Order: sequence, then C-alpha cells, then structure tokens
Amino acid sequence: MIGITGFGGYVPRLRLSRKAVVEANAWYAPQFAGKARGTRSMANWDEDAITMAVAAARDCLGASEDRSAVRSVYLASSTLPFVERLNAGVVCEALTLREDVEALDIVGSQRAALSAVTEGLSKARDVDGDVLVVAADNRKVRPASSQELDFGEGAAALLLGSKNVLAEFLGSSALTVDFVDRFRMAGEDIDYHWEERWVRDEGIGKLAPKAIAAALEKAGVEAARIDHFILPSTFAKMDAQVAKSCGIRAEAVVDGLAEGVGETGVPHALLMLAHVLERAKPGEHILIAEFGSGAQALVFRVTEAIGSFAPKRGVSGWLALGVDERNYTKFLSFKDQLRLERGMRGEQDKKTALSTAYRHKSAILGLVAGRCEVTGKVHFPPSRLSYEPGAAALDTQRPYKLAERRANVLSWSAEYLSFHMSPPNYYGQVDFQGGGRILMEFTDLAKGDVESGTEVEMVFRIKDIDERRGFTRYFWKATPVRTA
Amino acid sequence: MATGIKDKVAILGMGCSKFGERWDASPEDLMVEAYSEAMADAGIVPEQLDAAWFSTHMDDVGVGRGGTPMAIALRLPNIGVTRVENFCAGGSEAIRAAVYAVAAGACDIALALGVEKLKDTGYGGLPTATVGTYIPQWYPNAVAPANFAQLASAYQRKHGVDAALLKRAIAHVSVKSHANGAKNPKAHLQKAITEEQVLKAPMIAEPLGLFDCCGVSDGAAAVIVTTPEIARSFGKRDFVTFKALQVSVSNGWEMHSNEWDGSYMHTARIAAKKAYAEAGVTKPRGQIGMTEVHDCFSITELVTMEDLGFSEEGHAVRDVLDGVFDADGEVPCQIDGGLKCFGHPIGASGIRMLYEMYLQLQGRAGPRQLASPRLGLTHNLGGQPSQNVCSISIVGLQGA
Repeated sequence: MIGITGFGGYVPRLRLSRKAVVEANAWYAPQFAGKARGTRSMANWDEDAITMAVAAARDCLGASEDRSAVRSVYLASSTLPFVERLNAGVVCEALTLREDVEALDIVGSQRAALSAVTEGLSKARDVDGDVLVVAADNRKVRPASSQELDFGEGAAALLLGSKNVLAEFLGSSALTVDFVDRFRMAGEDIDYHWEERWVRDEGIGKLAPKAIAAALEKAGVEAARIDHFILPSTFAKMDAQVAKSCGIRAEAVVDGLAEGVGETGVPHALLMLAHVLERAKPGEHILIAEFGSGAQALVFRVTEAIGSFAPKRGVSGWLALGVDERNYTKFLSFKDQLRLERGMRGEQDKKTALSTAYRHKSAILGLVAGRCEVTGKVHFPPSRLSYEPGAAALDTQRPYKLAERRANVLSWSAEYLSFHMSPPNYYGQVDFQGGGRILMEFTDLAKGDVESGTEVEMVFRIKDIDERRGFTRYFWKATPVRTA
Repeated sequence: MATGIKDKVAILGMGCSKFGERWDASPEDLMVEAYSEAMADAGIVPEQLDAAWFSTHMDDVGVGRGGTPMAIALRLPNIGVTRVENFCAGGSEAIRAAVYAVAAGACDIALALGVEKLKDTGYGGLPTATVGTYIPQWYPNAVAPANFAQLASAYQRKHGVDAALLKRAIAHVSVKSHANGAKNPKAHLQKAITEEQVLKAPMIAEPLGLFDCCGVSDGAAAVIVTTPEIARSFGKRDFVTFKALQVSVSNGWEMHSNEWDGSYMHTARIAAKKAYAEAGVTKPRGQIGMTEVHDCFSITELVTMEDLGFSEEGHAVRDVLDGVFDADGEVPCQIDGGLKCFGHPIGASGIRMLYEMYLQLQGRAGPRQLASPRLGLTHNLGGQPSQNVCSISIVGLQGA
C-alpha cells in the first residue's frame, strides 16, 4: 500500500485585517468594500517560501532527530527565492537530512504541489523510505488588487511512503493544457491575470471536472462516495459548482480557509488536505484537485492508521495561533512594496562569504552544535577545542542538533536604535534545555511576550537580505513557545 | 615569580583633549591637543621619547590601521609606534604596553595615546562594526546598548529586583554622572539632569533610555611614563605610580556554557582580584578612594560596583540609591563625568580615566577635586557582557 504517511502545515502568525486594507485603499479602490471581512495570513518580513516550507516540514516530521527515513524531497512553489541554487537543498540542510537524498524544486504551475505528490507517489514505490513533499508560497501582488485581499501565505507538507499509511493512494489523473489564466515571465514578480468569468467558465469549469472524472475512474470510486472534496480557488462557489457538475455531494466540499487565511497559492490544496486529515475518519474518501496549466486530481482512502499520527501543531494549531495585524503599511513594507526610511545604519553591507557559509553550513542551516563527549557540554558554534577549566579537550565534540530543542531566555533586550524591518530588534541569550547557549535574534513576538526565563523554540528564518547582490541568508531565531 | 608592576613605573605627564562633538577638529588635531598638553606637563622634548603606543578602534571612520597615523600626526622622531586595539579597552592596552616597556628597562620614556573620531559617521551611536565573514551569518545584528541592556534583565531576575526600582537606581547613576560632568570643562556633556528626565527619555534598548547611554564623542588622551628615578631626576615630586595593571579576557565560557548567569562581568571579577593582589589592596571599599569605571551604560556601572567588590552581590541597587558612589559619597565614581558625560572616544577612554586619577591624586582637579584620595582605580571594558576585555588599573602617589 502506498499513500500518505504523515502531514503537516504552516500558517504565519500574522493575520492581516482585510478591513484595514480596504479602508487604506478606499480612496482608490472603493469596489472592494464588500471584501472587508476576516483576515488573510501574512508572512513576517523574515519568511519566504523556503522558511515556510521548513516550518511545514517540521510540523510533519515532528521533533525526532532521526530523519534518515526521508529519501527524497520535492519542493513545490511559484515563489522560490532562488532561480539558480536548489531551494529544496536549503530545506534539506535545515531539516538536517542525509546528504544522499534526492531533492527537486517543482515550479511553473498552480498545480505544482499535486505534480510533486504524483511524482512522490511513484518514487515511494521505488525507494525504501519516505518521500517528503513540501509546498510553500509567499506571493507579491499589486496593492489595491483583489488578489491582495484573497491571497494568503502558508505552506504544507506530506510524507509519502508504504509504512503506516494514513491515506491510501487510489488513483490520479493529470491534464496538461496551455490555458493561460495568469502568467509571469522570468524576472517579473507579479502575476498578470485574465478575466475571472472566462477563467471560471472555460478554464476551471471545464478542465477540473475532466481531470476529476478521470481520477475517480482510475481509483474505481464513485463521485458520490467522496467525503472530502478539495479544490482551491479564490472564485466564490467555484468548488461547489465543480463538485455539483461532477456528482460530488455538496457537503463534501472542504472549506477553503478564505475567512482567516486566504488562498495560499501552490501549497493551498495540501494545506486544506492537511487540515482535513486532522479530522478524517477511516474509510473516508478524499479527492484533491488543482487547476493550473491544465488540471490534476488524486483520490485517497483514509485508513485505520489515521489515528496513529498527529502533526506537531497541525493546521488547526497554526490557525489558532494567529494574531490580527492592522498595519497595512507593515504588509507593504514586508512585501518590499513600500520603501521605508532606513537611516544610515540600514546601509550596512550584508555580503555573504559563500566559502564561509559552506564550511559552517551544518551550524548555520541545521543549527547543529558540538557536544563534548568527555564533559557533555554543548558548544555553539562547534569548535575543535572544548572549554573546561583546567581541562580543555581537543576534538572531543560530536554533532548535536539544537533545532528541535526548547530553550529559555537568560537575558534579552529590544533595541530601537538600528535599522530593523520590524522594530524593535529583539535578541538575547537563550539556554537550551539539555545544554547549549546562543545569543540569537527573536522573531514573531510583541511587547510583553518575552522576559528572562521565557520558554522559546527555534524557527528557521531569513537572517539578512543582501540587496546589492540579491542574496538571502538564513539562520535560526527564537520565538516564544505558544499553545493555542 | 613575577613581582608585579607596583611602583615600578611613574607618570611623567598627561594630556587630554576636550571631548565632544568636535566638528572643528580632525583626529590628527585631537591627537596634537592631547599630546601637546602631555609633553608640556612632562617637560620633555620629542627626542626624549623612546617608543609610543597608539590606541584607536574604528577603522572605517578613524585614521586607519598601523602606527603611521600617530607618528605622522605628531611628527614623532622616527621612534617605534605600535597600534594596539582591544575594543573599548584599547586605551588601557596602550598604557600597559608603554608601562611594561619602561618596567622592562627597554625604554626610559614611553608615550601612550588614544584617539577616536566618531562623529564623522553621519549618525548617532557607535559606527556599525565589521566582524568577519562567519559571525554575521548567525550572530544577531547586535548593537552595544542591547548587549549591555541584557545585564538588566538577568540582574533583575537573579536578585528578584523590581523593574521600576532597578530603573530608578540606574537613573541615579546617570544623574550623578551628569552632576559631576557639569563641573568638568573638558566634558562632552556638562548639564545636570533630573531623575524624571532619565525616566521619561526615549527608549534605546529596553530598559535603557537615552540618558542610560554614554556620550559618543570625539577625543584624544595621552600619557607619558617613565621610571620613578627618571621622574625624580626631572624634578617631579608627588608623582603618580602604577600599583596594578591587570587585564582579563573572555575565553567563551560566558557565551557558550550554560553556567554564567548574565548578570555580571566574569572578567571584571578576575581582573579585580588580580589587581588588588598586585596592589596589596585587601579591602577595596576602605582602601580605594575613587574610581573611574566603564559606564558605557548606567546598568554597566551598577553591576561593576559589585564586580569590583564595592557592593556586596545584589546590594548595588541600594548602595547606588544611598549615594555611596556620588561625589560626596564613600567611594566617588566618575568624578569627571565618566563615559556618560566626559564622553567615550573609544580608543582614548582608558587613558582619559587615568587622566582624572592623575589630576585628582595631584590635587589638580579644580572644582571637582576630592578631599584626599589615596588610591584610584580605573576599570575599562571592551566588548559586551558575554564576551569582553576587562582592564583594571590602580594608581596612587609614589609611596602610597
């Protein structure tokens, strides 16, 4: 049996109030008054498709340090930060996966995530181990556009394999049709969209049912037996309309999270799936479909094993951890669409020495420390010499992963002096439970969230952006442990 | 067995420029200002200098690396000039090198001079520093105020001090230094302030507000050292000698182990212990008459009072508020205004601290002269609480 063996999601903490956006743009775009409801998820300034993919993958893989079962990684996105450099490779380093994994970036259409799942399922038949499929998007749109209100940011991850299958793969189909509802040439950063009515009627309305019918036929499942129907779209009632035309029950249509999150792009179908799997019952049938340069659909049947797995936080967990954000200018600034004054301190060069980065990649990207075999003391960054009064030891440190360990704040401050994308700049010393100390930046917090003693966890984030050369560097940050 | 530096080296002369926003002066001008005063005070000509040490920290806005900037600015007679750099404690390193050279008998007369020109950056605060290629890839985009502000959060937690009380105590540190600075014509900031002003000032790095931070200043300071015998041969009477010179440098323990609690300076305690032993001081609070400590931030001064043994651990808040370190207190601290008000031209600060001790011990401190200080202590810190260089010197009149 091949199928889904794990799932996870990620929704950034900030939830931008649509009312705040609509009100800010009302002088220019009064037609959006009707959309001033709910929130859309909004990536922090230090998040992108790579960091969100890491967050979703960690949600799926759990806290275990042993991730050696993962043999392949497929990263699907329409907004990968690097065109040259394997983005999935960064994800692998952050997850401290084995060096001998196969990793691919899958891009180019709105259904890239389902393409990745389809490829992953084939792969899972061939390899002894798991295939990790991750999807994430952090899209830029025009201010005062409907996409600005409809879209959100997020990520999702699936683990595919043959051991302890939670949802068995029954069948799939794919249609490749050059139907251009939107496009973006290389080097551009905002999609150009064609008229909604045409996309609805000629595109989604015709291509999706065709793919869905073919998938159901291959799976040998009748449409009426589908319990969960997933078809992301920003168009109102598009999912219900397609379900009806395919003979799928209206109550099977899965909520698209429009109210609180918005449509997150490439990861959205998997995010909805991860959400559904949290509550799916054994024997239920799931149909997941996506439109984009054609259409694609897959059918799964939930197994008895479903209750044996829980993601670390899960989509529901992330949904509950959101905080309302009412600063529209913050959103524009984080999207690099509003250049705020940075002062001279913001002129500092952020060039990254790539040879240095490679030499220390396990410490920087994987947050791997060194633990002295003799004393048990943990050193970050790892070093050849371990310090112990009167007994410095040479070459006694072994790799020791810190990313999944919690820590407590020893000391901290919030600094208003220098340039920071989201001032003040919070940082401090954190002591890891089990040993190790790092002076590090904090993220995703507000005034009063941190004090000496606060328990924190690690998140993989953008460290600095080198605008001169166009390079983003990543490291880990501390964020308060939150429970919904 | 090393016998220490006590009474082996004397101060022949000292000079210090006016500190502040010296829009009128280049770093070379500042060097000349301090040097001219020191040479006149010593009563020597350049040809009598055997060697010189030069302290300056910031490369980007300063005078550049090496010994030539000072040799050329002062037109020194082709003697050896060595640049030393050890963060904000660089000035003390220049002193140490000159003193050791004299003590070793390698030089008869040596010069140590520190200078910093910080006000050509175009912005307030210290210039952003370059720290190599690895550190920026993981280390926070840190600045001095937030590095030192962390002392407050850790101290507060360790000793269970109420946040508002600690804030008041560190405000008193600044109020006291401003009162002292108001009596010093060379100080950068010469205005007295109130506790209310400190408490209401804009936040820089929680919980430190604007008045919890020292002045970032242009300035230079110089000292000329020799042997007591030569000082006497120059007709000097009541000259000041070094009783102790100690430096302690972090080795990563605070930063990387989980043992240091973040509320004090490990190196300061080590350097103080060694300095007291070298100088023969057994009861610092009774024997040391005055201090110039590295009050880069008000909280630094407060915890330093414990590190130096003037307050018992956890008692500095009370001692500060009781006025123990005020000008009329038991152990006056920053009688010249300190880094807070005299200002902090990084490479010069360690020498500026010594300058005040030198003036006070010789009874030449004018309106801020203390009654009869016997021993003075300087504490010069570079880096940040979790990894730093701490230099402590003790000076007094010959025979004290």
